[in-house]
Amino acid sequence: MNFDDTPQEAEFRATARAWINANAPKQYEEELRKSSLGRTVLKNADILEVAKAWQKKKADAGWACLHWPKEYGGRGSSPIERVIWQQEEGPFGQLSRMFIIGHGMCGPTMMAFAREEHKRTYLPPLASGEKVWCQLFSEPAGGSDVAGLRTRAEKDGDDWIINGQKIWTSGAHYSDYGILLTRTDPTVPKHKGLTMFFLDMKSPGVEVRPIKQASGASDFNEVYFTNVRIPDHQRLGEVGDGWNVSLTTLMNERSAIGAAVSTGFPELFEYCSSLMLDDGPAIEDRAVRSKLANWAVKASGLKYTSMRAISALSRGERPGPENSIGKLVAGSMIQDVATYALDLQGASGVVSGEDAELAGRFQAMLLRAPGTRVEGGTDEIMRNIIAERVLGLPGDIRVDKDVPFNKIPTRGRN
Amino acid sequence: MNFDFSDDQKQLRDQARKFLAEKCSSKAVRVVLDGKAPYDKELWKGLAEMGFLGVAIPEEFGGAGAGHLELCVIAEEMGRANAPVPFSSTVYLAAEALLIAGSDAQKKKWLPAIASGEAIGTLALFEGKGNPAPKNVKLTAASGVLNGVKKPVADGAIADFAVVAARTGSGGRDSDISLFLVDLKAGGVEVKSLTNLDPTRGQAEITFKDCKAEPLGSAGEGWSILTRMLDRAAVLCAFEQVGGADRALEMGRDYALDRIAFGRQIGSFQAIKHMLADMYVSATLARSNSYYGAWALSTNAAELPEAAAAARISATQAFQHCAKNNIQVHGGMGFTWEFDCHMYYRRANAMALGLGSLSYWEDQLIERMRRKNAA
Repeated sequence: MNFDDTPQEAEFRATARAWINANAPKQYEEELRKSSLGRTVLKNADILEVAKAWQKKKADAGWACLHWPKEYGGRGSSPIERVIWQQEEGPFGQLSRMFIIGHGMCGPTMMAFAREEHKRTYLPPLASGEKVWCQLFSEPAGGSDVAGLRTRAEKDGDDWIINGQKIWTSGAHYSDYGILLTRTDPTVPKHKGLTMFFLDMKSPGVEVRPIKQASGASDFNEVYFTNVRIPDHQRLGEVGDGWNVSLTTLMNERSAIGAAVSTGFPELFEYCSSLMLDDGPAIEDRAVRSKLANWAVKASGLKYTSMRAISALSRGERPGPENSIGKLVAGSMIQDVATYALDLQGASGVVSGEDAELAGRFQAMLLRAPGTRVEGGTDEIMRNIIAERVLGLPGDIRVDKDVPFNKIPTRGRN
Repeated sequence: MNFDFSDDQKQLRDQARKFLAEKCSSKAVRVVLDGKAPYDKELWKGLAEMGFLGVAIPEEFGGAGAGHLELCVIAEEMGRANAPVPFSSTVYLAAEALLIAGSDAQKKKWLPAIASGEAIGTLALFEGKGNPAPKNVKLTAASGVLNGVKKPVADGAIADFAVVAARTGSGGRDSDISLFLVDLKAGGVEVKSLTNLDPTRGQAEITFKDCKAEPLGSAGEGWSILTRMLDRAAVLCAFEQVGGADRALEMGRDYALDRIAFGRQIGSFQAIKHMLADMYVSATLARSNSYYGAWALSTNAAELPEAAAAARISATQAFQHCAKNNIQVHGGMGFTWEFDCHMYYRRANAMALGLGSLSYWEDQLIERMRRKNAA
């Protein structure tokens, strides 16, 4: 048992570190280091431009999308090299946030299902950040139940005509392309009538509207489709096989290993280390210590769970299912941590923004936290996944399984 | 990076699991649970023969000379099997105390006897309510003679010798405490068995009356040795707790698959699935924290105090969580003496207290993190 690199890993790490040291946009390092949850904002620069510039620089030197094949803009690296890169990239990895969906979900889906000529055309600029991609799955009527989506695709000659609405699309407002899951046949059960496409987000009839979130910020969008035309050669997978195609996408979303999950604990520990309560330093208070200890072992438990998965990669094995706990643990933890940080501030905890303690860091955390428990699979879906795929418990009884989609009730009450 | 046990260590774990599945069935555990024997002597003998008792004891003292990682994987299986033997008292506490602070003569006398299964050892630290703290040690040592009462002492009624924390100074400082080695069969002690939450591991009250004792380690070093002992034992116990938590989770999962109610497997209800998923989460966090503790223990890293406290807290929580919800999944049957669920519930809650309670270790963890941060 050790935390040491193998000689090859050490060599790779040294090369990566040297390149990052020589090339990273150091002027933003401090700001990036402090952006721990949700949004990364730079005071005197456009984050989008900085991120794209860094991605392009990486791509030109062969450091973009490390695990992708070289012909599609990657480096052909092993999974462990990708993890080492992430560790070395450190705070500059924050700049990859806007590319996560494209690199983590759209790219792998394209690789698995697009025509070769499309792969060669579209993947390299996706890897280099010159083109940004989004994922258009969720709908007002299909959140956790993605297969309940209603956006229609109807064949018209060599094209498909799209009508409907997507929601919770991250980055749609700055995306060039998207992968889109549609219903092509509403007369068969819901999982069987879906088809996947990719499309140009600048196509006529696509309208992107930002969603104002409960936190007041806008990170996501609604996307409306009105008679949008997609050529049939942009179909991914067979007609009616969209559900299986989407599983490839979602599996990739959940398999990101070694990516740091925010728990809020380092921030809270640092805060408590200097905070004075009425009776003395917070860090010496027994009640505070008890709370901190409980979160400390969750944070360290996640960290070492990730180390175990990385070790499996290092041995060339597939990591076990342990990593599926990360989001579930971190999501509700960050919410509890933020709530407690405000509790420690007493009545003044109500003040948010620049006038608040630590410029409102924990207030912002509190308001953003509910989203982390929903996005990318709700806590409840994550528990189902653990129960069914890890523990082998039965799936839910699905009352709509064999019902044609257009016969499934659409309202709970009339 | 290889933050995992080696193939040899995993093989040893499988070997221990197989051995315990055969020799430490629920039926065997119940002999002790029902008070028909103070511990499973046959199993103890078998553990010695397998080399498990002395796995981390150097060869020159009659052990296998493997290491603490090997001991961790065996500990996990001891917890999984709910073994009714004085393994933790003897191996994690007494043997470790000797390895840390014993003289050559003391090691020669006791370590081979531990490895061969002839001697059971324990730690006599607590004196009634309270957590580990110098001020809570009232038992006195003067001129090589101990006077005072220790309670509870794990496996005290069956132990051959004890490491005893005694007061050699008058204050509440660490340096007021020294450790002594007492041959419990040599007179000067009265031992009384206590009923306790987990009858598969006995607890006793030991009264020392002008009892002859020899120092273990230097005078005034007792607390620092004890702190190191508790840290090591915390990691090793954490593995037992991880093993117990895993077993409780498995029992709950298996029952959820078997049991039909309302016309379906109860494991198909989300209320049950989510409860089991949360148990899996606790058990996984505990395992990962314990692995880090194992790494720190086996390399004697400066991180051990922090790693041990984290492993202790996480594994204690996980075992308690899994053991109680295993009963909940079982419903009424889980609350019968006949089903095994309560054995793990008892063990989980007894183990949560043995080395100092959860609140003690929470306080320790944050104090240790604070000190490291300040440094």
